[in-house]
Amino acid sequence: MPEAGEVESIPSLLGDTLKRQVFAVQDYALLVMQCVANVFTPPQYWGDTLAQMDQIGVGSLPIVVITSFFIGGVMVLQTAGQFQRFGETALTGDAVSLSLVRELGPAITALLVAGRNASGIASELGSMVVTEQVDAMRALGTDPIRKLVTPRMIAMVTMLPLLVAVADFVGLVGGFIVAYFTLRLGAVQFWTRAVDALEGGDLVQGMAKPVIFGFLISTIACFQGLRVKGGTQGVGRATTSAVVISSVMVLVFDFFLAKVLLFIFGKAG
Amino acid sequence: MTYLSRPAPEEGIPKTVPGEPLIAFKDVRIGFDEGDVLQGISFEVWPGETKVLLGESGSGKTLIMKMAAGLLRPDAGRIWVMGHELSEMKEQDLLDFRRHVGFVFQEGALFDSLTVAENVAFRLREESVAEDEIETRVREALRFVELEATVDQYPGELSGGMRRRVSIARALVDRPPLVFYDSPTAGLDPVTSQTIIMLVLRRRDLQGVTSLLATHRVQDAFGLAAFRLEPSSGRLLRVNFDGQSPVQGGAKQLAAPAAPATVVASAPTNVLVLRGGRVYFEGHAAEMLHSSDEYLKKFLASAE
Repeated sequence: MPEAGEVESIPSLLGDTLKRQVFAVQDYALLVMQCVANVFTPPQYWGDTLAQMDQIGVGSLPIVVITSFFIGGVMVLQTAGQFQRFGETALTGDAVSLSLVRELGPAITALLVAGRNASGIASELGSMVVTEQVDAMRALGTDPIRKLVTPRMIAMVTMLPLLVAVADFVGLVGGFIVAYFTLRLGAVQFWTRAVDALEGGDLVQGMAKPVIFGFLISTIACFQGLRVKGGTQGVGRATTSAVVISSVMVLVFDFFLAKVLLFIFGKAG
Repeated sequence: MTYLSRPAPEEGIPKTVPGEPLIAFKDVRIGFDEGDVLQGISFEVWPGETKVLLGESGSGKTLIMKMAAGLLRPDAGRIWVMGHELSEMKEQDLLDFRRHVGFVFQEGALFDSLTVAENVAFRLREESVAEDEIETRVREALRFVELEATVDQYPGELSGGMRRRVSIARALVDRPPLVFYDSPTAGLDPVTSQTIIMLVLRRRDLQGVTSLLATHRVQDAFGLAAFRLEPSSGRLLRVNFDGQSPVQGGAKQLAAPAAPATVVASAPTNVLVLRGGRVYFEGHAAEMLHSSDEYLKKFLASAE
């Protein structure tokens, strides 16, 4: 340890930082393993899980509906000009459908849910840590990971695919309304193309991604909340970290999942 | 059957080993980034004893309490509680163990999204106790701390002293044989502090509970050492510091008679003073009172 006034060397600082990151990843891995193991062993907190499903699923519905409606609409606005140049406006339904179901639906819904719920989870658990409520839970013989983390993980993993399904549908509705008024595209033409463009693999891809994203968002948010140090400032830092890290991880995993799923369903470029 | 007369559940309770202390610390050391906070800590707490940890703020009292409850692991040394060596237990076993001890946190640490009744009932619900029994036991526990009227209130609506009393009710609802009180009077006015110490004293004298109490107030230690509640009459007796003999003319009647009780023959209260991360003094409150040590005198002077 350096004396007062002594400046630590850069390699030493880098080493310490690296060490802290490695320990953080190790702690996260342990939390994830325990959280998953809890799903298969009693007791289960179904009441807490249902409450979290309501908070995450029903609570996020308004922003998901509004956002996906306008995303579907803006996609048509942006692509309409290109399709008109080639006289292929009928393909609008295909473009909206494929991009929403495969990519934009899962990714944007996950980012919205990360922004809304990762912050909420991290600040709630962080506040519980700084006010010793988590320690009190342990002192009363209750496992905080089982009581606080596992219900949030189950709720997020089950609710996010449902929110993505709603987002895909509402996005298509938004796309159709804009296509109807700007391209004069008929309902039958739009919806037939939109549905026909999709294959089983697209739906699997669209529903598999949110399961992984939900797992990442919930566990990262809980991890950041439970490792809060330094009072209310620490809670603020944990909240920011939870949103930033989970959003970045969603996009990173989106790339790799897309690559793997496209390979599995034979659409890899 | 009332709360106070109901026998404690036998099944699964960690057993006290006859002839051995309930709590034993042996050369315990713990530190953080800035260095060791506690080192060479060794002491024992015997069944029925109330051990008061005295020390200035930051002297490591809370760390000792948390280590004794298995909430923190020491860097070195060994800790036995109720015949179990905590440093060798896995977290899952520690969770089971903690169901049989009570812990009162410094600021209460009540669950702020739950009502007072839900807070007190937390452990009972975890143990899947029947709802009608939960209601009875929660009301009895809250009656014990004289807060029965607050059942539907949230912790945020209560004063600091009331929150501590709810925390005590939560810790005692399952009748644990061992209770840890972490600075239960810190930051409270003298009258509320006295109420809290009376609750600790009633638990000790009516139920024979072993306690470890951390405080920086000498008054708390001497309050516990100098008084005893007579279970049959509810009278508060001034006793010698060994807890045995009532002092002539030193009794006064409590305003309300105490609840039905079991008799406790004596309630030894000993003091352990922490200084500089080590045990500075350990002994009877009377020994501390008559000590010529300058630091202890300074400590005692703070109570005057």
